[in-house]
Amino acid sequence: MPRLPAPPLPKTLQPRPPRPGQNGNGRGHPVVEGGIHVVDWVDERMQMSGGLRWLMFRKVPRGINWFYTLGSATLFAFLSQAVTGVVLAMYYRPDAVNGAYESIRYIDDNVFLGLFVRSMHKWGASIMIILIFLHMARVFFFGAYKYPRELTWVIGVVLLILTLIMGFTGYLLPFDQRSYWASIVGININGTGPFVGPFLSDFIRAGPEFGATTLSRFYSIHMLLVPGAMIALIGAHLYLVTKLGISAPPWIKVEHEPVVDEAEV
Amino acid sequence: MPGAFEGETVTRRRFMNVAANGAGAVATLAFTLPALGFALAPVFHEQAFQWQAIGPPSDFNALVYSNRVITIVPGVGTAGKTLAYVRARNAAIDREPEDKYNQWIALSSRCMHLGCPVRYVQAAERFICPCHGGVYDFRGLVAGGPPVRPLDRFYTRLNSISGLVEVGPRYSVNSELQRFSPRDPGQPLDGIGQYLYPSRVSTPPPPPGG
Repeated sequence: MPRLPAPPLPKTLQPRPPRPGQNGNGRGHPVVEGGIHVVDWVDERMQMSGGLRWLMFRKVPRGINWFYTLGSATLFAFLSQAVTGVVLAMYYRPDAVNGAYESIRYIDDNVFLGLFVRSMHKWGASIMIILIFLHMARVFFFGAYKYPRELTWVIGVVLLILTLIMGFTGYLLPFDQRSYWASIVGININGTGPFVGPFLSDFIRAGPEFGATTLSRFYSIHMLLVPGAMIALIGAHLYLVTKLGISAPPWIKVEHEPVVDEAEV
Repeated sequence: MPGAFEGETVTRRRFMNVAANGAGAVATLAFTLPALGFALAPVFHEQAFQWQAIGPPSDFNALVYSNRVITIVPGVGTAGKTLAYVRARNAAIDREPEDKYNQWIALSSRCMHLGCPVRYVQAAERFICPCHGGVYDFRGLVAGGPPVRPLDRFYTRLNSISGLVEVGPRYSVNSELQRFSPRDPGQPLDGIGQYLYPSRVSTPPPPPGG
């Protein structure tokens, strides 16, 4: 079967040539051989090894440093929020009358590791917002948003807004006094936008007053609508990062000045 | 036309393309439009409201506010309740035009800065908001702090059958205490405010003649 040309494997992952005196065409350990066989079987059908090498073994510029890990850190914060959020949804009940607050209390007091997982979700939310701003600051101060990476920046800004929406909608879910009044204030701040603000508030609240379906509406936005959009946009963001490559820090100069032949002057 | 029979204006390939893509578009709209309407419906749906009895007229005097818990959204437990501060109309200080809906003054506890609950302090005769320091005087007019308009009010009336005072829908007022349809906190009603923050269709209508 013809294969697409793939970027070469890095040296450490390439199969080593046999040492002198060893059998050159011998087989390896049966377990390794079996694993290679399975991976080959899958890859012959999916043809994904080229894409994975393209994604993972790419050239990075000289001078990159720890500041370049802030994007990955944000991604891992998102993954942590996703995993802890999914398991919290196994116990949470978005019922304003009797259930939301009680289910949070149940998670905290009775569920094995419940308080730990909910705290990870709660503090992870703040950490993700801090990391996303640090990542944004790195991109801004290193000038990494410039051509041809403007679209990566624009998608990143949309992801920032979606993350803030996640923070706003998630804040209501414990449904205690703090989250209730904070959401009232937040919705009313949103309503001060001229012309559209009052109608946007009605949409967020599902009516002119904080009502029976406001909590479930926030819950649906928090765990279905926005995360879906974020996963799609993170995919686009990472594709662009891989496609366009990473920009060098601004203090890295071109290694060799272009030599101009005197004869050409 | 190449690829078409005599007299045909559209090739079969093009017709099938348009038909297949059109069918896909119809199928997509068939679920996105109802879903969108489902999510947006509350913006256009008028909320129902019922008059609620809050006590006989002898419960209320013109000098002291009485607290009454009323339900503005049924079926949500405590989240649907709100506090109303009620007193009898005092002709000496209440100079807004008198009608059958303001014989008792019922002020909403919702602060007009961003919606926190205000507390009435009898010693100061002021309503004070704990969140950002909004202060209102005895009539609910802004006396200090960030609120953009006086406290909202509720229509009140005397039920001639039961003989009880009843509280009706909420309404908003500007600094002249003119009535407007209920607006959210933070939305001024003086000057061009009433046009920047238009009336919504979701709020309960005023009572007849109110």
